Amino acid sequence: MSDSPPIRTVVGALLRKELRVELRTFESIPAMTLFSVTTYVLFHFGLQQNQVGGSLASGVLWVTLLFAAVLGINRLFVADAEQGGFDGFLLSPADRGALLLAKGAALFLYLTVVEVISVPAFALLLLEPSLGAAMPGLLAVLALVNLGVAAIGTLVGALAVRTRSRDLLGPLLSLPLLVPVVIGAALSTTPLFSAPARAMPLHWLVILALYDLVFAVIAFALFDYLLED
Amino acid sequence: MAAAIELDGVTRRYGERLALAEVTLTLEEGQTLAVLGPNGAGKTTLLRLLATLLRPHGGQTHVLGHALPDEAWAVRGRIGLLGHEPLLYRELSARENLRFHAALHGVDAAAIETLLATVALERRADEPLRTLSRGMVQRAAVCRALLHDPPLLLLDEPRANLDPAASELVEPLIGRASGRTRVIVSHDPAGALAEADLVLGLVRGRVALHSSAGAVDAAAIAELYR
Repeated sequence: MSDSPPIRTVVGALLRKELRVELRTFESIPAMTLFSVTTYVLFHFGLQQNQVGGSLASGVLWVTLLFAAVLGINRLFVADAEQGGFDGFLLSPADRGALLLAKGAALFLYLTVVEVISVPAFALLLLEPSLGAAMPGLLAVLALVNLGVAAIGTLVGALAVRTRSRDLLGPLLSLPLLVPVVIGAALSTTPLFSAPARAMPLHWLVILALYDLVFAVIAFALFDYLLED
Repeated sequence: MAAAIELDGVTRRYGERLALAEVTLTLEEGQTLAVLGPNGAGKTTLLRLLATLLRPHGGQTHVLGHALPDEAWAVRGRIGLLGHEPLLYRELSARENLRFHAALHGVDAAAIETLLATVALERRADEPLRTLSRGMVQRAAVCRALLHDPPLLLLDEPRANLDPAASELVEPLIGRASGRTRVIVSHDPAGALAEADLVLGLVRGRVALHSSAGAVDAAAIAELYR
């Protein structure tokens, strides 16, 4: 008889598996990166402006990253659903929360890798002020956005993947839930992207952090039910 | 001898369709139950219900002394399920998959090498599963199902994709010699009866045959598939 293993061991095993599968299939990160960089190129030509700032720059950055994130959310549980990974996990005595943590961590990492490439591309193609001055504040907002997307995306991904219309249901559920994240992120970074740059309003960071916390709690509360029959 | 499985009037639906209707049976520890019946009879549903992957919608279900679904947590990790799907990731090697499952079950990874050697898979154990034959993948799935030394085996066509030599390799692990309680779903009545103590015949989710294996005649089996 096997007792329930420590949750950190299970999270580690799930995350290693997740990253191995991604490194061998390149199903999520390249698609997300290509989408975001291509969108910035299209905005560069579509807006017929080499440099944008303020709320326009902020909106373009976050809406593009949000849509790129939805691509990742839709793929997050596909290998598990198609190859029996869900059943394999459910047959084990492992804590169900471990899957939420591992999938959330994987999505957070995917988004971080995408942003390492696409945010400089955004600055190069579109941003008027220097990215360097905005970087400390931008990093804080990126971290909070990624946390929010990871919590909401994991919850929605687990729900959508077991339906026949997962490609439709994923965006349909995740986008409305991510609207407050986009609002908070856009309003936080608008002053950073203005010329001259202004101080970032900290209350939006607090609101973003609270929203992340609320969804992390909701995800933990609901995740078991999503996995069960 | 204690009962490993006790079902009393168990029902399961998929929407409006009744997949299992009033199924009642008892299987003692160490015994083997053969589940027979035509396609769509509810055999796989019964197996998934016993594995805690599906919830019963009616009746009483006890597995390894625990009531399902309330005490499913106590049963998980004590069941080895070998079904139509290997429950392994195609991009990972057999060894990586087994290490992953060892971590999920909290068992020592040392057992992996013994199992791989038993099913003669150690030379191909580091190649991605998608490059292996279906028979090899099935052997890896046998290792996955046995990794945590479960007392109850739920086997759905366990020898599918295995040639006679490979069947012999897995025999000590999933055959009668394993000494485990087994539920075997099969489309090979003769083969299933040869290794079963009890037979359960299902037709459209209902019990059409429930008897000791020795007491079943060919006519009763043929009636199931009519």
